[in-house]
Amino acid sequence: MMIETATTSAPYTHSAASVQKTMTTVILALVPATAFNLYLFGWPAVFLFAVTVGACAAMEGLALLISGRRLMPTLGDGSAVLTGWLLAMTLPPWAPWWTGLLGAVFAILLGKQIFGGLGQNLFNPAMVARVALLVSFPVAMTSWVAPHPLFWTGTPGFLEALAITFGGQIPDGYSAATALGLVKTGLSMGQTVSQSVGQLPDLMDMGLGLRAGSLGETSALLILAGGLFLIWKKVITWHVPAAMLGTLFVAATLGHLANPERFTDGTFQILSGAAFLGAFFIATDYVTSPVSKTGQLIFGFGVGLLTWIIRSFAGYPEGVAFAVLLMNSLTPIIDQYTRPRRFGRTRRGEPLAPQGDK
Amino acid sequence: MKLFAIRGGIHPEYRKELASDKAITALPMPQRLRILLHQHIGAPARLLVAAGERVLKGQMIAQGQGPVSAPAHAPTSGYIESVSEVTAPHASGLAQTAVVLVPDGKEEWAPLPTPLADPLTAEPQLIRDLVAQAGIVGMGGAAFPSVVKLHLGTQRKLEMLVLNGAECEPYLTCDDRVMREHPDEVIDGARIMAHALGAPLVIIGIEDNKPEALEAMTREAAAFPEVQVRPVPVQYPMGSERHLVQALTGRETPAAKLTADIGAVVHNVATAQAIHHAVRFGRPLIERVVTVSGRAVREPRNILAPIGAPVTALIDFCGGLVGVPARLVQGGPMMGQPLPSLDVPVIKGTSGILALNAEETGEAEAGPCIRCGTCVAICPCGLVPLEMAAFIRTDNLDGANNLGVTECLSCGSCSWACPSHIPLVQYFNYAKGMLKTKERDRTKHERTKTLTEAHRDRLERAAAAKAAAAAAKATTKGTPPAARQPRAEEPAEA
Ligand code: SF4
Ligand code: SF4
Repeated sequence: MMIETATTSAPYTHSAASVQKTMTTVILALVPATAFNLYLFGWPAVFLFAVTVGACAAMEGLALLISGRRLMPTLGDGSAVLTGWLLAMTLPPWAPWWTGLLGAVFAILLGKQIFGGLGQNLFNPAMVARVALLVSFPVAMTSWVAPHPLFWTGTPGFLEALAITFGGQIPDGYSAATALGLVKTGLSMGQTVSQSVGQLPDLMDMGLGLRAGSLGETSALLILAGGLFLIWKKVITWHVPAAMLGTLFVAATLGHLANPERFTDGTFQILSGAAFLGAFFIATDYVTSPVSKTGQLIFGFGVGLLTWIIRSFAGYPEGVAFAVLLMNSLTPIIDQYTRPRRFGRTRRGEPLAPQGDK
Repeated sequence: MKLFAIRGGIHPEYRKELASDKAITALPMPQRLRILLHQHIGAPARLLVAAGERVLKGQMIAQGQGPVSAPAHAPTSGYIESVSEVTAPHASGLAQTAVVLVPDGKEEWAPLPTPLADPLTAEPQLIRDLVAQAGIVGMGGAAFPSVVKLHLGTQRKLEMLVLNGAECEPYLTCDDRVMREHPDEVIDGARIMAHALGAPLVIIGIEDNKPEALEAMTREAAAFPEVQVRPVPVQYPMGSERHLVQALTGRETPAAKLTADIGAVVHNVATAQAIHHAVRFGRPLIERVVTVSGRAVREPRNILAPIGAPVTALIDFCGGLVGVPARLVQGGPMMGQPLPSLDVPVIKGTSGILALNAEETGEAEAGPCIRCGTCVAICPCGLVPLEMAAFIRTDNLDGANNLGVTECLSCGSCSWACPSHIPLVQYFNYAKGMLKTKERDRTKHERTKTLTEAHRDRLERAAAAKAAAAAAKATTKGTPPAARQPRAEEPAEA
């Protein structure tokens, strides 16, 4: 190949954009929701979060060392930290430390570096790890706790928390079910949706995040704020989140109208589980989602629809991770069919008719 | 007056404020001018003078050769010191032939071609002749001989001349200054061109970050109902011909066609001014306005420089450099040429000389593509830069060709915006070069093949004639004709 890496041709000016800046902005957008949920779930969550993020950065470094590449600037681009961060946000808040570590192996080594590193992977690394953990360790990955904010009475203290995270035992009396889990279990025991929903936190608490759930998923409001920040910063556009949440909402609403005893309504669906986190932070992953706006609409639509189908009909209460991975596999084909129209040509690639009026 | 949206595009930092308020000032005549024989796209001009000869201002010193070429003239009177090889203002830094002229300070004019008394009613061919003799080329940077484009009206029905006053490249302010200071000359030149093209309408598009130019041009155009001045949005690359025509008329030039095929011919404003000088006064193109700018230049300005002036003289005229620039560029930062050194002459296409510091260039090591889609969203041609680059990286030129790499304008928007600093345009320029070479080889091969086939046909015909003659003879003699097979095709050369 004859191209040199040094810029030897124009342009001789550049926008301020850089990969590192992009990743930092995404992380910044995650801070409010993360901070709130770390507070909400106490020390065990803090430990698990630290382990997961640290392990992902370490795995990235390890992979670079093994393959004989330079640590910098790759390690400094922030992508491994972001993957770790997102993975941590999807773990049960009091999950044992090794889920974070194993998750990092799944995410960084198997989900990303095996494909050649940043930009090469077909599947979202954090979702690969989440699903791999879920199918390998279903118990640890579905042990939920009710919110136990830091410094409250009845909340595990620092030492007790160490025992939870590093000892792997959640003491009796802390567990709780997630909203989606409750409905699913209820359905399997012959209860109707409305009976289950009766036992749930009200919608207000759901939106604020005062409920059982993954380490960083519960506060739809703060995640929405982060997402809007990303849209404002032009890191993402509205296409994927709007298409995904819209589709999930519409599908759930239609289902609910058809059979309210079997299907929860649209608002409940988009406020629960990883819907908001998925819509703004996971399905929008550059590497594994389509590059054109049309493609992103199709992708978001697919993720939304699949999420609803999996949540409603499959064995797992939560469907975002599976839905994202399934749509990831379609990304190349979506990209191929949603290329922009070339200047001076029809959609099919023929030159336009000579009278150029449109 | 409706404007139409163009796809994509970017808003780079314009940095025009560095020079936009600096009136055009003439460069003091340097001690030596080096006039390149090849300052345009097309065949180099043929030398007409020799060392030791005295030349007069405006005298033709090299003659255009072939259909796409332009002559060169002496920018002032003086002596030809030599005809020698000098470093050309191209990335390659290769040497090219130049006439080295030592000015004698007398500014003695040569007899000039007779200007047209009333060019707006004159026979178009007379205008084209004057433009050709004046050696005018597109002054926006492409340096395409202007007369060729003035011929476009002879086969087509044109509706309008579009004058490109967009000047969308950051830093450059030379067109802005020309429009502000000489709107009358620009508009006169435009009307003359429109007449030569047979186009009833002139639309002048100016990016609306140039309020003074818009005002001056609008005021000047008020007297001519056929001339419209229109602001266009500040959006790089608004100066691309096809995109400017689309923004002004809503018409999209079909692939593989010219804007002339949809009724519009585009010329640059500075070119219009040069045409005014050539047609009204017989003056050849011997000087131009050059923006010297960038943060590594002490005092950026707009300089009227004789063609052939050393770039060092222009920089000195701006108070010299501040520190060591990270980049020297001829033209704008988006599509300009890197300069190998400052020791190069100004040519007809030199719109700017930029000395940029490291902060301005924002150069950084390229990283992997993160598929952010930015390049796809902004490509004004609807291309998919990341995919084309991926093909080119694996030397799959056909793949890149299928995605339309040859339709890339090399506008630089994708490289500019890529957060991974991938030099996308560099990939595309490489691919375009390779594909062109391949195409040339293919046409050459085909030509050889046709020639060989013609040769074989000739042989066959000769053989048939001979056989017929033999047969005629045989019937008289009673023996069957010897069937002569034409020989197998001779191997094609090369
Ligand atoms: S802008 Fe750069 S990083 Fe983004 S998709 Fe294009 S080539 Fe890849
Ligand atoms: S692919 Fe070509 S036309 Fe498109 S943005 Fe890049 S340089 Fe400009």
